[in-house]
Amino acid sequence: MQALQLSAYTLTTPLGAGLAATLDALRAGRSGLAPCDFLDVDLDTYVGRINGLEDMPVRADLAAYDCRNNRLAQLGLEQDNFIEAVTAARQRYGDERIGVFLGTSTSGILDTELAYRQRDAETGALPKNFSYAGSHSCYSVADYVQRVLDLAGPAMVVSTACSSSAKVFATAARMIHAGLCDAAIVGGVDSLCLTTLYGFNSLGLVSSRPCRPYDVNRNGISIGEAAGFVLLEKVESGIGQDSVMLLGIGESSDAYHMSTPHPEGAGAQLAIQAALHAAQLLPDDINYINLHGTGTKSNDAAEDRAVFNVFGGNTPCSSTKGATGHLLGAAGVSEAIISALCIRHGFMPGGLNTELQDPSLHSRYLLQNKPGQVTRVLSNSFGFGGNNCSLVMGTI
Amino acid sequence: MKTFIEGIGVLGSGLNGWQTSQAVLAGAAPYVPAAVVILPSDLLPSAERRRTGVPVKLALAVGCEAIAHAQRQVSELPAVFASSAGDGDNMHYIFDMLSKNGREVSPTRFHNSVHNAPSGYWSIATKSMAPTTSLACFDASFVAGLIEAATQTIASGNAVVLIAYDAPYPQPLHAARPLGAAFGVALVLAANKTQHCKAELEINISRNSAASTRVTDAELEALRVGTPAARSLPLLAALAGAKTDRICLDYIAGNQLDIMVQRC
Repeated sequence: MQALQLSAYTLTTPLGAGLAATLDALRAGRSGLAPCDFLDVDLDTYVGRINGLEDMPVRADLAAYDCRNNRLAQLGLEQDNFIEAVTAARQRYGDERIGVFLGTSTSGILDTELAYRQRDAETGALPKNFSYAGSHSCYSVADYVQRVLDLAGPAMVVSTACSSSAKVFATAARMIHAGLCDAAIVGGVDSLCLTTLYGFNSLGLVSSRPCRPYDVNRNGISIGEAAGFVLLEKVESGIGQDSVMLLGIGESSDAYHMSTPHPEGAGAQLAIQAALHAAQLLPDDINYINLHGTGTKSNDAAEDRAVFNVFGGNTPCSSTKGATGHLLGAAGVSEAIISALCIRHGFMPGGLNTELQDPSLHSRYLLQNKPGQVTRVLSNSFGFGGNNCSLVMGTI
Repeated sequence: MKTFIEGIGVLGSGLNGWQTSQAVLAGAAPYVPAAVVILPSDLLPSAERRRTGVPVKLALAVGCEAIAHAQRQVSELPAVFASSAGDGDNMHYIFDMLSKNGREVSPTRFHNSVHNAPSGYWSIATKSMAPTTSLACFDASFVAGLIEAATQTIASGNAVVLIAYDAPYPQPLHAARPLGAAFGVALVLAANKTQHCKAELEINISRNSAASTRVTDAELEALRVGTPAARSLPLLAALAGAKTDRICLDYIAGNQLDIMVQRC
């Protein structure tokens, strides 16, 4: 595929708002997970909750879109001069030539969950101030972001569970390739809600401790929330040596089970190989792999099989979910941006919380930060429904 | 951009498959609304079949019909799924449980709550490891899916199946987002003209063009307006017609899809 430039990007996770806070936390090995204090949730678990969203409004003229997910989108957009970068791109290309392709798994359904508690005792009706299109609707976040950024090009939401905001890169690349836009805002926003907390808990997949990917005693995920955005564009000329590029994307399906990965990692392996093929790279060209690494028994085992089959046991890899939690529909873009930081700043983050690597997992899992030049990164994202997406990023 | 239609599937009130619906859609036979009968797919293992709701059944039914119409193998095609709402019955059940003491969400309800549940069941049913994606774009979800599917054919040079479906929410969500009757549509799109080509589409995103194309029958028009997946009806009517047609479908942010439909 034609390489695309990550011209501007920003990330807000439980590690902090913006790239500097993210980088500081990764370098210090600091986790953003804390005992769950989200609303009245009574689960024994850790979450990556972003402080202050409860009191943070969306833009005043877009009050119809007020919900936790769009508040998080707004907070994310305000970091790292991202809006300014998009404004400059808009002046360059025109508002109709920039697409908005965002991933989310649960959009603003927290509002619906809370509205169901306030149903009219007699009629069962939801409260009058409930706004479906501005919150619950799966498309709400792309609609909101397109309005905030004053854009008028193609837009849509990709919602493929935990691979959503990796797959938006593929959608954007195809849109640009087909000539429907010159640049795209890609990203993902997912926020805490009861459905995911109690739902993952019902599957026995929520850990009572901060998640420990690849640990012999790992026992589930920690759920977090995040907003990440990238301005992705074609590069006509003059790519700087430190410009981070999207080099390849691979997508596949497990065709196995709705919530359990293929035990041999067959679907994951197909996605990884397709991404390398699209980037015209060999496994040895990859310096670091940012794993999906959720911290459940079956996910890490399946991913390890796929990674080991393609790369063998020498390529350094880690999961950053011990730091951020599992960011669900925002995981793909968050880890793509973390990968871009690794390339820009020459380090590979060690996985947090993991004490003893599971001896049955054979990839080279980093437990400490490792300094060194990083020019090519693979980032994996796998979701329910057996939906797999791998990205290759690097310098040219 | 140019793309070629090889196969069509449709299922909705009074529209029970493409072959029997063509005359109605072309305006040559009267439209008679009737309850939507969706048979569960025998492609799914029985355990999975029991767990699926209307959207999964709709998606499998129209997807398989379109691929058979195109005389393609199900397992060879990437699939694009598009829906405004997903499975409203399932979401209602979860929200109801979460509002009660105990908050006991069933694991199956939970994994069925993801927007891409139909695509997950699709790949299990078809044993296809080809990529799938699942999109949402409110009332323009079909249009978003058509754009995504067309760009996929251009990028890969291969065929792809687009499957769009929507079904109404139960109350109380229905009052907040009233949707019309359940409707599903599927199109097999190809990058090149083959012997199975039914029509050639020239698709452009445009602004400030004419109002969205309507369908003639008042009841079909109500379905088009009420159910996002049925926003495909003007395209289906053009595909059922005998000649070249030009239609316009509303997208978002003042954009529309301008589609020139030429029968092969």
